[in-house]
This record gives sequence, C-alpha cells and structure tokens, in this order.
Amino acid sequence: MNVTLQHLTKRFPNRNKKQGGEVVAVDDFTYEIPDGKLVGLLGPSGCGKSTTLYMICGLQAPTAGKIFFGDKDVTDLPTENRGVGLVFQNYALYPHMTVLQNILFPLENLKGKDRPGKAEMVRRATEAARLVQIEGLLDRKPSEMSGGQQQRVAIARALVKMPSVLLLDEPLSNLDARLRLQTREEIRRIQRETGITTVFVTHDQEEAMSISDEIVVMKEGVVQQTGKPQAVYDDPANLFVAKFLGTPPINLFDGRVEGEWLYLGTDKVLPVPGLSDGSVTVGIRPEGFVPEENGPLCCGLNRLEVMGRDVSFLCTHAGCQTDTFRAIRQSDGTEGTHGNAVRFRLKSAKVLLFDPETGARLRPREA
Amino acid sequence: MEKNNPKGFLYLLPAFLFLGFFLVYPLIDVFVYSFQENYNFASQTYTGVGLYNYAYVLHDPYFLQALKNTFLLVLITVPLSTGLALLISLCLSSIQKLRELFQTIFFLPYVTNTLAVGLVFMILFRKTAYSDGFVNLILNALGFASVDFLSGPYWAKMLVLCLYTVWIVMPFKILILTSALASVDQTYRNAARVDGASKGRIFWRITLPMISPSLFYLVITGFIGAFKAYSDAVALFGTDLNAAGMNTIVGYVYDMLYGNAGGYPSYASAAAILLFAIVLTITCINLLVSKKHVHYV
Repeated sequence: MNVTLQHLTKRFPNRNKKQGGEVVAVDDFTYEIPDGKLVGLLGPSGCGKSTTLYMICGLQAPTAGKIFFGDKDVTDLPTENRGVGLVFQNYALYPHMTVLQNILFPLENLKGKDRPGKAEMVRRATEAARLVQIEGLLDRKPSEMSGGQQQRVAIARALVKMPSVLLLDEPLSNLDARLRLQTREEIRRIQRETGITTVFVTHDQEEAMSISDEIVVMKEGVVQQTGKPQAVYDDPANLFVAKFLGTPPINLFDGRVEGEWLYLGTDKVLPVPGLSDGSVTVGIRPEGFVPEENGPLCCGLNRLEVMGRDVSFLCTHAGCQTDTFRAIRQSDGTEGTHGNAVRFRLKSAKVLLFDPETGARLRPREA
Repeated sequence: MEKNNPKGFLYLLPAFLFLGFFLVYPLIDVFVYSFQENYNFASQTYTGVGLYNYAYVLHDPYFLQALKNTFLLVLITVPLSTGLALLISLCLSSIQKLRELFQTIFFLPYVTNTLAVGLVFMILFRKTAYSDGFVNLILNALGFASVDFLSGPYWAKMLVLCLYTVWIVMPFKILILTSALASVDQTYRNAARVDGASKGRIFWRITLPMISPSLFYLVITGFIGAFKAYSDAVALFGTDLNAAGMNTIVGYVYDMLYGNAGGYPSYASAAAILLFAIVLTITCINLLVSKKHVHYV
C-alpha cells in the first residue's frame, strides 16, 4: 500500500512558556511513499524525522495536512486501528512477557472475524519468528537476550499482523558496528520477502543509502530532497544535502567564477559555462580528484593513508575551508606527487557549486 | 571478594544484637508464656504447662468476636482500599491540570493527626443530644431514618470502622501507586497502541503487570496492617471495645494484658501467637500467589 503525506505539518508549543510561540517540527511535508518500497527518512537529530514517523503511525496528531494509506484518509484514525507496525528505537519489548507472548500480543488484539484461533496465532507468531531467525528463543524474556536478538523480536512483533506499513525508528542505533551492518541487510531481506511498504528513520546517511529504495533528506522540519540514494548523492539540491551525504564527507572550498572559469585560489580549475562572475562555495567529493603530472589544482600533500583497497591523500590548499582535505583513489598509484606537493585534475561531475549565501545549488550550463 | 569473611559478621553484630534483644527474644518469650498456665509477672510463677491457654482463648466469645471483626476488616478494607487507590492513581496520572493539587488533597489524611481524624468522624457519625451527625442529616434529607452508627447495630459500626480504615490507609497506597505508574515507560503504552490494543487491554496486559510489584507490596503490607488493627477501633469506639463488640485481635491481646480484664499474660500470649500464625499463613499464601502474577523486571 502506498502512503501519501499531504502538506503534513506538526507544531509544538514552545517548552519555554515565557518565550511563547511554537516550534515547527515538521513543515509542509508532501511525499508519496511508493507501494512495497523501503524509504529512508534521513536527517540530523531534531530534524523532525521521528515526528513524521509518529504521525504516520498515529501516536502524534498532525497540526495540519493529511495522511492517506492507499486511498483511505487515516489522518484522524486512532493508532490502534491503523494496522501499522512500528519498531521503536529502544524496541519497547514488553519486559514481563516472553518472546512468544510479545509476538502474539498484536494478534490477540485483533477483533471479530480478523481474530485467528489460538493455534493459528501461534503458527503465525512462529512463522514471524522464523523470518527473523529467533524461533529458538521463543520462551526467553526480553531481559535475557542481546540487543540484536531484541531487535529481531521487535521486528517480528511489528510484522506478525501483516501491517499495511512497517515503520522503523532508528532501529540500529543500539547495536554495535558489526551487528548494525548485518542487521540492516536483514531488514532489507525481510522487507523484500514480505513486500511491505517500509519507512526507516535514521541519522546515519550510510545506513539510509545502503538499504533504501528512496531517501528523504530533512533539515529542521523541512524536506530538502527526495529521490534514489545515488541520484541524491550525485546531484544534491543544496549545500546541506551535499554535506550530509557521503563518507568521508564532501570537501568544501571557497572559490570564485571569473569569465566562466572556476578558480580555487589562483588555480584555474574548471570551465563553468553560463555562471556569472562572483564567489561560490565549491564542494568536491573525495573521489573527484585525479592525481596528474600537469593537473590544474596545485596542493600541498600532508601525508598518504593506505587503507586496504584505496589510498587517501591528505592535502592542503589555500582555498579549502578546512585545514586539510581528503582525496581518495582506488589504485595505489601515487602519480602526480612531488614530495610535499601534488597536482590534481578534477572530475567535473564530482565538483558541485553552491551559492555562498543561501547554499542553493548553482548549475553550469551543460556543455 | 572473599565470601564468608568473618569481618562481615562482626559488622552485622550490632544489628543482630539489637534485633535479637528487642524482637527475637520477646517473640520466644511470648511463645513460652503461651504454654505456661496462669503465669504471673510479679512472682514469675506458673501453675502448669500445656495447651490450656489456647483452649481458653479459642473458647472465649470475646476472642471469637475479635477474630470475626478482624477478618471482616481485612477482607473488606484491603481489596477496597487497594482498588480505590489504584483507580484514583490512574485518574491522577491521566490528568495534567490540578494534578498536584489533587495529589496533595489525597495525601492529607496521611499527615493528619489520628485524633483530628477521629474528631471528623465523630462529627460525621456521632449521635449527640443536639444532632444525629452529619451523615444522618443527609440520610434524613433523603428520606431515610437515622442510624446510630457508633453505638447502634453491628453492621453500622463495622461500616464506619471500614470507612475509617480505608480512608486512613489510602494516601500511602495512592502515593506508591502514582509513582509506580509514573515509572512505567510511556513507550510501552505507545507500543501497545501500535499493536492494536484498546485502553482496557493496555491496562490489564501492560500497565497492571508492570506495576504488579508495587501492588503486591501494598497488598502484603495492607493485610499485615489490617490484621494488626487496633487504634482505629479505639479512636471510634473508645477503649472498652469488648462492650462495643468491636474488638480486634490486637485489642484483645491488649485487654488481656492491661485492660479491665487485665492481668492475664498467658492468655494474651496465646492470642498473640495465634495472630502471628494467621498473619504468617496469609503472607505465605500471598507470596505463593505472587510467584505467578508478579513480574519483577
């Protein structure tokens, strides 16, 4: 089932009553979550992504706007009747129930003809447990399990009633790095197997990029950009999105445009047809640097980091906004380096220009 | 850490001595007295050893009356006060405005002097030459005849005693239960709502099990407290409880020691041991029941 958000807005009264006014958590969010897809809601802490999730599941009522599940307006439908599954950040497993009882609970709440018999309930709960590979732990209490196991139980509990939408609120944040990597693949697999429309909230861009069909980048309650992860990464709408996506992060330079050429410091690096003269903020992805004997960008080289499959050049440049910047090459070639200096050619697709005042993207005319 | 470190026992010694002197020794002493016939404090003499004291106490109509009163009091007030306290705590935790005001009001009886409370109950229930008491005024206004609550029929006296007890013990229970309810993470209730549970089911399946340790604590202490009731009855019916027919087991023990019929430590000891046995049995039953229904997390 596709989920449509129309002009969804949530305002909270300001905590500090003396200041008065309101805090806008989510501002005019319009988006359609496609049927059967996994969508990542991405943004820094406090950007309104969890609030959006709570509005979709009905635990918080929107101040304005509408929510549709398919064609059905569910904006005023109470949570318990929405039929959504939600995995909480801390899992919220009922501590006094066993794993089986936890998974059975949503089924026991069904009413009327939807309510299966006891044997059927146990069969479906066991099936959900098998899907997340915890069928051997059904008699345990939540306190007797590791974080990863608890997380699986939470997913099984959310899935067992075959929800129309599955919502995950930072489900991996309590897991260690290795388990996080493994579990996100599991989530992807389970989502593919069940085909349930899934919304996944995270502040970790790598997590969102790796498993989402589409991502929504939010900042201070406002949607910045939506789209396929790679498309958003390659073609960010503004400086915030460019900075938020990518590890290592994008390198930022103060540059200027003169006569349709981009200058970094005194280096004349790229033609930028159609852009008027003036200063610009330049973002260059770490993979956008190509070391070359006669490359136009002339930098100081602090050191090389050889990290298995790729090499990082830690460089300095007068125009760079940070002390050093990082260029990454897949080969272990160190061509272009001369002692403490290195010259780069820039891949034009990896060089992104932004208005230094507004952060809006500036696009040169296609050559 | 070395276990069974003799130093540890040394540190425990002061507490052991204190408890032994003031708790264990008297308990054993009372147990011994209860088997000594006609024990006399002054001369430290007794006439025989046996079960005579128990036989006497168990055939004493005053003791049987006290037993009946105490059991009625326990069976009525413990469930009633705990249930009401739970209801009030639930209401308190679901409101935001005026919550602190109500919390204070409900806690007032706890910090009020027993005599002042007794006076309030006098005004409510006592028949005097000038007035039949406030409750009777209301009954009259509704078209019912006056009832002599404090020296009239048994059920009226029992009603007042139960009301008094419930009113006295509720504040503490409300205090414990509101804090227990506040400590239940809202996330669990949210999760249950997402899981499609109605308000009633959330209460029975989530909230109640999660506050069950506090509830169990209140039931156990409530049972023990109600079995040991005495001062409440005195506040309402005066010191001659046997005459009023409202004596309790503790009252009976006291009367046997110091009351009008006083000077019978052997009977008092036997009655005290009987009370001890009853409370112990009930507490054991409570503990057994709790194994199944109380969830410590």
